[in-house]
Amino acid sequence: MKRGLAAFGAGVLFAVGLGLAGMMQPTKVVGFLDFSGAWDASLAFVMAGGIGVLALAQLAKRRLARPLFADRFPVLARHGIDGRLVLGASIFGVGWGLGGFCPGPAIASCGAGLGAALLFVPAMLGGMAAVRLLDARRHAAAEEETGAASPTPQVG
Amino acid sequence: MAHFTPFASLAGGTLIGLAAAALLLVNGRVAGISGIAAGLLGPERGDAAWRAAFLGGLAVGGLLVATLLPGAAHDGLVRSAPAIAAAGFLVGLGARLANGCTSGHGLCGLSRLSPRSLAAVVCFIGTGAATVFAVNHWFGGVL
Repeated sequence: MKRGLAAFGAGVLFAVGLGLAGMMQPTKVVGFLDFSGAWDASLAFVMAGGIGVLALAQLAKRRLARPLFADRFPVLARHGIDGRLVLGASIFGVGWGLGGFCPGPAIASCGAGLGAALLFVPAMLGGMAAVRLLDARRHAAAEEETGAASPTPQVG
Repeated sequence: MAHFTPFASLAGGTLIGLAAAALLLVNGRVAGISGIAAGLLGPERGDAAWRAAFLGGLAVGGLLVATLLPGAAHDGLVRSAPAIAAAGFLVGLGARLANGCTSGHGLCGLSRLSPRSLAAVVCFIGTGAATVFAVNHWFGGVL
């Protein structure tokens, strides 16, 4: 219950930050990606603010034995830069530039009732489901071949 | 074209960082929106509630923004329904293949100096800029 409340509060704060930052205006996001036109550098300031606070949080994390409401901090799989990462991030960028939404602002904009977001989010969940399906098939094939499946790391 | 808003954007980014930091230090979770949402598509036992709570908070926060900050949630991009749907599908597909999106790689990953996240950010800003160039220069900004 307390974990749910903390998650809800973090979600609300995240969305208010997105709104203040201008991330719920697809024209502003496209303006940041428009290096050949009237470039709007605002999103670089969003990243600077967010990364600054999170860098301090990473330092705090090292001094804490465990999170306040959980047993341990997330252990992120360490693996190198591979084709899947590069391909995925590149596909992601095409969608981001085309629609002006990334996942967080899209979901927050659904709450705000923006028509484009109400179409964008179901399509986004479809894309996620497609990868899940693809991975499940590949796992099944790998299991048949070797008798063992490698777990897919979850990052975020 | 949208106006340059360095102070509001820095303040907004700081709030986003605080929200992600709270999720990490209180619940021990990485605030990667695409990962949180994708986890709801096939949740493990006991794992769905906090994800739904976070995403619900995100939507409620979006409603707050629309109510309290007029113009902050504004849909001025000229895109057809098929273009929006294609964009959403590509964002979902790409985020899962890359194991993260603008929040997971762009904020959380870069804050812990992950080379993988840096590579992801370079890729999505690169193809995002190329896409915006193509739409603006080859399609007259309308798609």
